[in-house]
Amino acid sequence: MTALGLAPVLTAVLRRDLTLALRRRSDVLTTFFFFVIVVSLFPLGVGAQSSILRSIAPGVVWVAALLASMLALVRLFASDFDDGTLEQLALSPQPLVLLVAAKVLAHWLVSGLPLVLVAPLLGLQFDLPAGALGVMMLTLLLGTPCLSLIGAIGAALTLGVRSAGGLLALLVLPLYVPVLIFGAGAVSTAVGGMSVSGHVSVLGACLLIALVLGPWASAAAVRIAIE
Amino acid sequence: MRLKVWRYASPPAFYRLAGNLAPWFLGLATLLAAAGLYIGFFVAPTDFQQGESYRIIFVHVPAAWMSMFLYIVMAFWCVIGLVFNTRSSFMMALALAPTGAMFTFIALWTGALWGKPTWGTWWVWDARLTSELILLFLYIGFLSLHAAIDDTRRADRSAALLALVGVINVPIIYFSVQWWSTLHQGASVSLTRAPTMAATMLVGMLIMSLAAWMYAIGVSLLRVRTIMLERESDADWVRELKAEQL
Amino acid sequence: MLEALGLECVRGHRRLFRGLTFHLAAGQMLWVLGPNGSGKTTLLRLLCGLLRPEGGNVRWKGEDVRGSPDSLHADLLYLGHAPAVKDDLSSRENLCFGLAQTGIGVTPREADAVLSEFGLAGREMVPTRALSQGQKRRAALSRLSLGTAKALWVLDEPFAALDAQAVQLVQAHLGRQLTRGGCVVFTSHHEVELAGHAVTRLQLAQ
Repeated sequence: MTALGLAPVLTAVLRRDLTLALRRRSDVLTTFFFFVIVVSLFPLGVGAQSSILRSIAPGVVWVAALLASMLALVRLFASDFDDGTLEQLALSPQPLVLLVAAKVLAHWLVSGLPLVLVAPLLGLQFDLPAGALGVMMLTLLLGTPCLSLIGAIGAALTLGVRSAGGLLALLVLPLYVPVLIFGAGAVSTAVGGMSVSGHVSVLGACLLIALVLGPWASAAAVRIAIE
Repeated sequence: MRLKVWRYASPPAFYRLAGNLAPWFLGLATLLAAAGLYIGFFVAPTDFQQGESYRIIFVHVPAAWMSMFLYIVMAFWCVIGLVFNTRSSFMMALALAPTGAMFTFIALWTGALWGKPTWGTWWVWDARLTSELILLFLYIGFLSLHAAIDDTRRADRSAALLALVGVINVPIIYFSVQWWSTLHQGASVSLTRAPTMAATMLVGMLIMSLAAWMYAIGVSLLRVRTIMLERESDADWVRELKAEQL
Repeated sequence: MLEALGLECVRGHRRLFRGLTFHLAAGQMLWVLGPNGSGKTTLLRLLCGLLRPEGGNVRWKGEDVRGSPDSLHADLLYLGHAPAVKDDLSSRENLCFGLAQTGIGVTPREADAVLSEFGLAGREMVPTRALSQGQKRRAALSRLSLGTAKALWVLDEPFAALDAQAVQLVQAHLGRQLTRGGCVVFTSHHEVELAGHAVTRLQLAQ
């Protein structure tokens, strides 16, 4: 037996959540395939004309990423809340803010990162040029962690509540608007061949704000939920 | 002074105070609204660009201002409640929310009514209307979260945290929507670019805003009394009140 | 070491208790008694800092828990109603992760030794989903064996759903905790007797 400091405890939380996600692969894959299917539906609804597809692609991919995030978020705290492990987490001597951040990181690695990796392939379906595909990956790479961090607040607030999924979407989607605007905007600008440094900086700033405020608010919400 | 104010944090005292003040605020609101509408519809000159239809701004702009102002006030009460753990603060926030949502809805609806004769469409994706729409979702989110949680204390505190997160996000959302609308629409269509204001128009809008503010205070005071009665129904002071009325 | 001063608690619309005061010194055990719904679990959660009382405060080693919860949490081992084990993890993993969160690092071998002490030999790697209720409870209780560094044990119904042998085992661990100078606060519907240790009773009225 040894005493553990902050880093080993955070690593343990991260490993635990990743292990659990891998054992419940179906949950993870469902979110991934939801993203793919939603994006693929749009050409069927809108028509396959490449000029239209190219102009709607950034928005479509981003909105699909938002919705897929939404689906995945419900799982972030819910099972821990139900079996009592969440309150054990709150009783840890280590700051709950950091433990929650570790959980959100695990959640993003499993739900957000796959979206970032598959998005360029989907972008090809919409005939996006290579430069825009790169920008799409970059913006999703910066944006999906924001979605996880902000969404975690909603997930914690709606723990144990009836129809938590729908309520979560209602609470969190308005907060996603800035990330959506700048993320999709960046890709559209790239399609037009112009510089995206402004958009990327704003997304970076959103990520920093979300990193600082998100886990703090989520930890507060968790404490309120387990009272 | 500080001790005196803290006395009103107790529900029975606040209940009585609210009951006494509310009629005054509502009365004032009626007078101001009458004055404002008179100015707006009869005194202010006809706009040479938009004709008579512009007069809707006398309702639209005050409603929009109030919707944003009330959200900030609501968030303020939520912070007080979270920091000082006072039940009345949460009740006040909950009382303000429906009125705030109503003003947001009025702003959206009057915005549509203005858009139709002016630009031919019922909805315009300009920065202000889009931000108002998102603000409406924030209000509805607050009310829905509160309604969905059965335990009152948890409902109050969760919704309060949500309002706090919302109020921090509102400027960010507003600026990103502003930026987005200039990008996509250029400068042509904008409800915020009202015609150059004649002094009477400005006065009319200010009076209407004041009227809306008085109305909001009056109605919220009445609503908070109802909330107090519901929540404290087991308390002695409520039972005494019921006995008095019988 | 653990003190409750004038605790008042309101849940929903009911005032569960008011003016509740006790002092628990090192090596002492507190048994919280009361009918269902009298607030036993609520009191335990208040002591852990999961709930805020309406009035009064809780002090651990002289410090107010509300002001510095971390010092309490560093010394606390809490077992609530829910077994706090993940169905998808094995007992060994649950034990290792559960203790890691409280700041105790445990090797798999140590974990296995403890699990076998609690009657789960050969089942350490089985997902908890596949265990019986009794086995799940024993897997959760196995933390007691490795929680020797924690000065305060707060246990909600530790003896529930256990057979006589397991009850003896848990009582033995409680005895050792008290001998070490630790404190135990627990609830139980069954009579508890520990040789050589007095039990202080706290009766919560309806």
